[in-house]
Amino acid sequence: MNMATKAAIETPTPLGAGNSRTSKASERIKMRARQVKVHYGDTEALHGIDLDIHENEVVAFIGPSGCGKSTFLRCLNRMNDTIPGCRVEGRVQLDESDIYDPSLDVVLLRAQVGIVFQKPNPFPKSIYENIAYGPRLHGLARRRSELDDIVEGSLRRAGLWEEVKDRLDQPGTGLSGGQQQRLCIARTIAVSPEVILMDEPCSALDPIATAKVEQLIDELSDSYTIVMVTHNMQQAARVADRTAFFHMGDLVEVDTTDQIFTNPSDQRTHDYITGRFG
Amino acid sequence: MNNLVLIASVLCVMALAYQVGLTRSRALAQGPRRLHSRPGYYGVLVALWCGLPALGLLLLWSLLGPQLVEQLVIRQLPPEVLALGEREFATFMRRAAALAAGNRVSSGGSEAELAAAAHLARLDSLGRLILVAAMAVVAVAGLVHARGRVSPSLRARNQVERVIMVALAMSSAVAILTTVGIVLSMLGEALNFFRFVSPLDFFLGTTWNPRFSTSGTDSQGEFGLLPLLWGTLMVSGIALLVAIPVGLMTAIYMAEYAPPWLRNVAKPVIEVLAGIPTIVYGFFALIVIGPFLSDLGDLIGISIRTTSALTAGLVMGIMIIPFVSSLSDDIITQVPKALRDGALGLGATKSETIRQVVLPAALPGIVGAFLLAASRAIGETMIVVLAAGNNPVLHGNPFEAVSTITVTIVNQLTGDMDFASPQSLVAFALGLTLFVITLGLNVIALLVVRKYRQQYE
Repeated sequence: MNMATKAAIETPTPLGAGNSRTSKASERIKMRARQVKVHYGDTEALHGIDLDIHENEVVAFIGPSGCGKSTFLRCLNRMNDTIPGCRVEGRVQLDESDIYDPSLDVVLLRAQVGIVFQKPNPFPKSIYENIAYGPRLHGLARRRSELDDIVEGSLRRAGLWEEVKDRLDQPGTGLSGGQQQRLCIARTIAVSPEVILMDEPCSALDPIATAKVEQLIDELSDSYTIVMVTHNMQQAARVADRTAFFHMGDLVEVDTTDQIFTNPSDQRTHDYITGRFG
Repeated sequence: MNNLVLIASVLCVMALAYQVGLTRSRALAQGPRRLHSRPGYYGVLVALWCGLPALGLLLLWSLLGPQLVEQLVIRQLPPEVLALGEREFATFMRRAAALAAGNRVSSGGSEAELAAAAHLARLDSLGRLILVAAMAVVAVAGLVHARGRVSPSLRARNQVERVIMVALAMSSAVAILTTVGIVLSMLGEALNFFRFVSPLDFFLGTTWNPRFSTSGTDSQGEFGLLPLLWGTLMVSGIALLVAIPVGLMTAIYMAEYAPPWLRNVAKPVIEVLAGIPTIVYGFFALIVIGPFLSDLGDLIGISIRTTSALTAGLVMGIMIIPFVSSLSDDIITQVPKALRDGALGLGATKSETIRQVVLPAALPGIVGAFLLAASRAIGETMIVVLAAGNNPVLHGNPFEAVSTITVTIVNQLTGDMDFASPQSLVAFALGLTLFVITLGLNVIALLVVRKYRQQYE
């Protein structure tokens, strides 16, 4: 990495007192994006994004609608491949290996970099089968008992076990919205990813369910690197170690959450967080 | 004046009434109070008041008028005509009606016939005159009444809305009443049939040998349903074995893999299969597929008849492919993208996503498509008439000729028929059986869909 790019990307500093949580981020860079450009047909949606994501860090992407934050998030596990007419340029690395390398198996990548979507999307199967689906795909359990352990462990980590342990055979679609979203998080955890991407995970949830998911994100950052998109600036302030502000397809600035919300260096960031636009 | 002219003139008057309503409401709109509805609605309301009762009268006359006239004519007939037998009397009335309509009848018509015809013609024209006068009176009365009602507070918009609602409800009643009518008429004739043959012999009989109706009812044949039912199930079963895998895989390819341009070309082309007349499929089966299968059988040492259950089933299967593929395609496309993303995001491959997530989610609709194809196959006639060999014998060999319920209905109802003999009446019993089978399939489809829906939502 050359010095100029390095300077452009702020290295994480230990968090100040403004943020209530303590960062578990390490110095090690988990994912690295360089000059990522995304085209939908003829329109360029992202104009060259550079960003480093550290291990066990929680990074939040904020910005007005259509600024490209979700598009960038989806580049990180190649979910954009499923959109017809979408083209990605630039380089994205996971642990130093290029994830857009043609020889890389996208299926394995998505097991390493899991994703939770905006709207809870449990499969039309039982709660148990929802969680067991991923481990079965990747052959993570050799015996039924191992699978049972994975299901229980994932549900426990997602804070859902106590609520559903007596009705694992009932359809996942019968749960409440907040429970469904935690089920989807548990489903993602079950394949033991290294990075979890979350695309506005709380936008379809009520405040209580949101609080539970936020607490869960905090707990998960012990063992996972988490990248989330959010429209809710308070949420970013509550859960993120670092926050990145996107605007019109550009990454305007990225810094510790404290810095972004108290002393942004760019005028556009300042206008956005003070509610001038967006 | 015939009915068409009458209806046309009523429509003209309605157009006039619309103008009257429109002008009237516009004039009112100049006043201090605002109109409740836009002027057009007042126009429509006046037109409806003017036209609907008149059209109703016309309908009533068309239904009851002819009978009324006939009764009046019969009352005036000389006693020697009234003394005629049932059949001769019907002939007499028919000849009189023909004479009245200005047609010639053989041997010129007797004096009594001519008199009756003249009477008939007189009453008929009188009746029509009264009808036209009544319609005119009703139309004008309706127009004047409705025009008088036009006022700023009249809720013309809501009233027109109600008329539209009634019209829509009546349209849907047409389909329902037709179904009920068909079932009742079949039921009546089928009950007639069961006076000749006991239901037990019909439903459980294993021999189909109806003989001919001309030989009288004492040399009655055997009417066993089972060979026909078995033939129907065998041919439809083979058809579904062809159509379900091919159709479903086509649907999956079209919905998930095919690039848009291919999909846009291929989908209509596949749907053309459903538009080919079944008689064309029939002779295609007879001339191409049958001999081909027969040769193929010789090659591998099985005896396959040219016209067999296999031939008919195979071709019928091709015919119903679009029913399966087109419907399943629509249903698969409707599965939310979020579900696909969920599976892909966990690292499932495309085919894993389709098999384990998309298809289970689309299953109720796909089962519905299968059952629709099945009822289509069971009711199909022309292909089996030509290609199944018409051999109503109970056997389990798909390479042999069979006969189906539909084919037998065709056989029993073509040629000279006597509708009082069991040989023709059996067609209604068969039709009813067929109807009950397809109805049963539809009910099952409905139940399956409902069960899965409860589970998945």
